[in-house]
Amino acid sequence: MFTGFFLQLRAAGIKASLREFLTLQEAMQAGLGDYDIDTFYYLSRAALVKDERLIDKFDKVFAESFKGVLNPKPVGPNGVEVRDLPEEWLRLLAEKNLTEAEKAEIEALGGFEKLMETLRQRLEEQKGRHQGGSKWIGTAGTSPFGANGYNPEGVRIGQEKGRNRSAVKVWDKREFKNLAGDVEIGTRTMKLALRRLRRFAREGAAELLDLPGTIGSTARNAGYLDLQMVPERHNAVKILLLLDIGGSMDDYIRLCEQLFTAVKGEFKNLVHLYFHNCPYETLYTDARMRAADGLPTNDVLNKYDRNWKLIFVGDAGMSPYELLQPGGSVSHWNKESGQVWLQRLVQHYPKAIWINPTPEKYWDTSQSARIIKQEMEDRMFGLTLEGLDAAILRLMR
Amino acid sequence: MARFEGTKSFVATDDLKVAVNAAVTLQRPLLVKGEPGTGKTVLAQEVASALGKNLISWHVKSTTKAQQGLYEYDAVSRLRDSQLGDARVHDIGNYIVRGKLWDAFEAEEAPVLLIDEIDKADIEFPNDLLLELDRMEFFVYETRQTVKARQRPVIIITSNNEKELPDAFLRRCFFHYIRFPDRETMEAIVEVHFPGIKSLLLREALTSFFELREIPGLKKRPSTSELLDWLKLLLAEDIGPELLREKSAAKLIPPLHGALLKNEQDVHLFERLAFMHRRQS
Repeated sequence: MFTGFFLQLRAAGIKASLREFLTLQEAMQAGLGDYDIDTFYYLSRAALVKDERLIDKFDKVFAESFKGVLNPKPVGPNGVEVRDLPEEWLRLLAEKNLTEAEKAEIEALGGFEKLMETLRQRLEEQKGRHQGGSKWIGTAGTSPFGANGYNPEGVRIGQEKGRNRSAVKVWDKREFKNLAGDVEIGTRTMKLALRRLRRFAREGAAELLDLPGTIGSTARNAGYLDLQMVPERHNAVKILLLLDIGGSMDDYIRLCEQLFTAVKGEFKNLVHLYFHNCPYETLYTDARMRAADGLPTNDVLNKYDRNWKLIFVGDAGMSPYELLQPGGSVSHWNKESGQVWLQRLVQHYPKAIWINPTPEKYWDTSQSARIIKQEMEDRMFGLTLEGLDAAILRLMR
Repeated sequence: MARFEGTKSFVATDDLKVAVNAAVTLQRPLLVKGEPGTGKTVLAQEVASALGKNLISWHVKSTTKAQQGLYEYDAVSRLRDSQLGDARVHDIGNYIVRGKLWDAFEAEEAPVLLIDEIDKADIEFPNDLLLELDRMEFFVYETRQTVKARQRPVIIITSNNEKELPDAFLRRCFFHYIRFPDRETMEAIVEVHFPGIKSLLLREALTSFFELREIPGLKKRPSTSELLDWLKLLLAEDIGPELLREKSAAKLIPPLHGALLKNEQDVHLFERLAFMHRRQS
């Protein structure tokens, strides 16, 4: 059944459908689950998650849902609850495997009974998984209890040789973390996100044969061939990209480079200009921002009409004066405040967004970021795959 | 029903086996994604040979239409035949060209059908196949005939993630993401391809390989198929393990690295890193 697990998945944002859930039930009925938690993990993952970016979320929910099953009573491969290992069995094992000298050492610790007693106590005290350290039961430590340890009196618990790729570890390791949608991304994935921003239109010279048109017109022509041509389809989206350069943006150079490469590869009609911290009356065509490269912002507004889509890339981190006060700029004397210029740009371009490479949780801690977000009417997005997706959707509206 | 347990020439991880067996048993398509070169396409061949079935592969290109997988009506041949007065022209069935899906449906024994790189096609492509994959039947408009699968084929679909696939399509599939293999799996894979490879050479080669993969900023990180190529070269050139281990100044770049790095920017980056490293030591 696992209805609770299914609902938890949906609550965590994995939109598995009822159909997929039923498929899982069908698979369990067909005996594919093997009554084994590892197999069940793989099976449910294959049936319910269809996007590798969600696997990390799935691992977390799975660990949460089946915590009771696995911890503190992990089930071994034979369905034996590891915690309730019969004492006699351990004793037999010890007698079989330990040398005389080792047995003497056990005596030194108070004998086998003592060792088992302590083990039981620790199991009572311990909550959750443990690794390293010298007291708790866990892995790779020096406590007498646990797996892979060094302590000669050690009692090995739950270690199975060569099973280091068991599923329990797989979801604990969270190896799909890198693929999660809310972490930073490479050029290729960015391009994929940007690809949504396509609006094809036929422009330019008529060079392609228009087959339906030709057929229609030939038929009207009583069978005499009448060729019709149409222009090729191009991506007609026009992008004005304004990049914040220097200062606090230095930390994000790599990320912005990737975004820039992706944008450049994706759009033919792309104009990119630079500013420092906040756009004022001049924008720059070169990242060195010398006076000779300057382009008055008013000219930009006149040259590129409101059909262009405006994308700011910047961390929006600056002293509030740079934004609110005339003359607040760090590099020159500005007659009008940055806020005024920002408002002008946003008013002129109805399709405008701000992409902020700093993690979203820090936006509210910076006053300037709060103001800019407000000026942008909340159209500020993080430079992550999810953020970019949301940004593009917003631009397309 | 036979179970897929990997083959002599293919190392399958546990999660992959579970996914394949689920898809085979419940007769649903299996969608496989993963880094390029991790054996997505090979998987279908191996599943076919492991289950003793025929493999029918349909390689999808950017121009492929869903209809082409079902059938095509060759109107041009019919037009030509009608001009030449060919008698065949009266039966439209002569001009229906069968697609891969039709072949798979009509096969004597249920085959394995590989739909390779489904993301290459148009964004609507998977949607156009929904009904056909669900019900395993389709209607041939020209001949008023319904083609129904004799047995449901095992369908394996690969994707390189170039396009997002529609939700409705995804819901009908099992999904598996081929993770990049860890060291242990990698050793097993190499052993399968080069049985009896000198273990010392293998260890050194794998060390170099995983180090190379860890370099930040590589545009294309080398994958399993590239490692196998490289090992083939190393064996062919008879390069000893001591040469790979040599971490001294001039020898930081592993021999024949062209097999691993496929992008000149990556090679430059790598050489620059090696140069800086050399200067430090």
